[in-house]
Amino acid sequence: MTDAQQVRPEELDGMSHLVSERALKGETMLLNMGPQHPSTHGVLRLLLELDGEIVVNCIPDIGFLHTGIEKTMESKIYIQSLVCTDRMDYLHSLGNNLCYSLAVEKLVGLDVPPRAQVLRVMLAELTRISSHLIWMGTSALDLAAMSVFLYGMRERELILDIFEMISGQRMMTSYIRPGGVWRDVPAEFEKAVRDFLDVMPRRLDEYESLLTKNALFLERTVGIGKISTEDCIRWGISGPIMRATGLPYDLRKMRPYSGYEQYDFNIPTHDGCDIYGRYLVRVQEVRESLKIIRQALDRLPYGPVRSNNRKFVPPPRSELGVSMESLIHHFKLWTEGFHAPAEGVYASVESPRGELGFYLEGDGGTKPRRAFYRGPSFANLQIMPILTRKHFVADVVGIIGSIDIVLGDTDR
Amino acid sequence: MDETLQAAATAIQERFGAEVHEYAGEINLIVAAEKNIEVLTALRDEFGFDFFIAGTAVDYWPQEQPRFHVLYMLYSMAHNLTLRLRVPLDGNAPSLRTAEGVFANANWYEREMYDMFGITFIGHSDLRRILMPKDWQGHPLRKDYPLGYEEVRFTFNYADVDRRKPLAKE
Amino acid sequence: MGVEQKTGNMGVVTTTLQNVVNWSRTNSMWPMLFGLACCAIEMMGAQASNYDMSRFGMELMRASPRQSDLMIVAGRVSRKMAPVLRQLYDQMPDPKWVVAMGDCASCSGIFNNYAVVQGVDEIVPVDVYVAGCPPRPEALIHGIVTLHEKVKKESLTKWK
Repeated sequence: MTDAQQVRPEELDGMSHLVSERALKGETMLLNMGPQHPSTHGVLRLLLELDGEIVVNCIPDIGFLHTGIEKTMESKIYIQSLVCTDRMDYLHSLGNNLCYSLAVEKLVGLDVPPRAQVLRVMLAELTRISSHLIWMGTSALDLAAMSVFLYGMRERELILDIFEMISGQRMMTSYIRPGGVWRDVPAEFEKAVRDFLDVMPRRLDEYESLLTKNALFLERTVGIGKISTEDCIRWGISGPIMRATGLPYDLRKMRPYSGYEQYDFNIPTHDGCDIYGRYLVRVQEVRESLKIIRQALDRLPYGPVRSNNRKFVPPPRSELGVSMESLIHHFKLWTEGFHAPAEGVYASVESPRGELGFYLEGDGGTKPRRAFYRGPSFANLQIMPILTRKHFVADVVGIIGSIDIVLGDTDR
Repeated sequence: MDETLQAAATAIQERFGAEVHEYAGEINLIVAAEKNIEVLTALRDEFGFDFFIAGTAVDYWPQEQPRFHVLYMLYSMAHNLTLRLRVPLDGNAPSLRTAEGVFANANWYEREMYDMFGITFIGHSDLRRILMPKDWQGHPLRKDYPLGYEEVRFTFNYADVDRRKPLAKE
Repeated sequence: MGVEQKTGNMGVVTTTLQNVVNWSRTNSMWPMLFGLACCAIEMMGAQASNYDMSRFGMELMRASPRQSDLMIVAGRVSRKMAPVLRQLYDQMPDPKWVVAMGDCASCSGIFNNYAVVQGVDEIVPVDVYVAGCPPRPEALIHGIVTLHEKVKKESLTKWK
């Protein structure tokens, strides 16, 4: 399973009903793009059926990163389960926290103060930018444009410095919690974000000058990996893949959460339905995110960053020395946790990959009965056979990059 | 609640005998297991719920009747509405007709329900394990399946646990 | 002592074979691409220009195990992935070293359940453990430098 290796029909163990008759007779070749591969963006196994160089069928095999997070979340109280949510879609960790917090707030009926809402929007957009930078770096690296990878990681370090400033952790911050955010941002936060906003548009122009009109890049991406809007709706695909077919479907506009209806931004679309369209949509999305962050920073109000409802949200530590009720609330919440009703709710946010959702069901106690994570890559990966049909093997690599899968949210 | 959603819920309630449960602005339609395909087809064709968000299951062990609730989460692109369908199933040999013919997306979600809960889907084209290795025994997300955790090593039991831990030598 | 002073100007240096072999092994150790999950992103960040790992000799990451000598297990190893990991380790030629990067590879981190292998040292023998969730790129580089120091102390005759 080092690099691609031919699979003999008798080694198919359980998948022989998915390949065609010609493969079982040996007329077409079965190739295994194994779990360890430089271009599969994680541990994904693809079984390719090839007729010469043309792909006849492509069967994804997932499960190599299955961590049992959903079962772990059932054995922890609600505030402890938040830490597990960071690690599902690990490129968009603050977005996972946001989705889980929205679900818990819907379940128990918590309010969120305005300053926390604006901070959440800003951090969600910063996470979106960092995820798109990694996508651009790795998918350009697959198509042999290595300098874009190094430039993208350089910008990402600026965003990670901002995350470290507010929470102490670069990646898995667990900063957005039910009821607001963990603690207030330090005084250097605003200057750091404004510096980033000043630097980023010029850098984006640099990356675009490397790729957007590059003849080699256009050869490898225009007209490759097409899917129509009807197929997108049939297969439940959302996110940049659907927006690249021309339909402006974005959860931030259709089912707004956390105050997104107050911001002025556009939904970029493209009519190409191919890899190039998805690339253009994502680069334009980064520009729109910069607009949103600037508006949010201008309207950041003063006020508390956590809800006052002490039955669900722990009090700030400064109160513990002066108030007996705060001490009791703190003790009960951190040892036993709060009780949630035996109902189920579904909350969703727009992740850089599509619709990310959490179905949370309580059972009257302190631990959730079911915490189901609707990962966008789980649905998006099902269209691999459609996208790769009748393409060359070398295009498969570009197509996987354009879908932007993260195996953490596929396998959980 | 939106009028289209209200109309859809009342129509399904009258035609198929479903119960409507509302919480936090969301609608749950509880439908019997024999009618799940008819309800899904009616929702998709007549009321415009053409986007299948996700399908999952909830385990209510130790309650055996019903033990599982299979959930289908649907979205209507034209009307911008979400809906949830719940199908209660009993504990012993739970099975349901596959929704793959109605929504192509349901393929992998049903495979995951089979893998994690042991619910068989009649008529599914490719029902095999998706997340666990293919020869795994048991269905992990059931409530009577243990979490499978290893004993934590503290200083007082470090030597004991270390002796039993299978470390690779070479 | 006197010999080096006299012959240093003529471009001659005396040392032991063991030192030379260990020095060459440390300064051009090529890691294998084995990024599984979140730690892989930090490993990529360590390889990028801000925290450059090429200055320690790891200019490229080889995708093929036949051409690499260091396996950095970055991320959680699930039960389905464990046989793959062992097969890749067996395919690497000697001398080879393993760095368990992150909490999930060292001890399964926060995932103490049925699906994750409880520490990758149940499958392959590990030389250096790097803690953190995920470890900062500087922590990973500290782990690599610790491995280099360990390799420099290795003896040529006792290699198994």
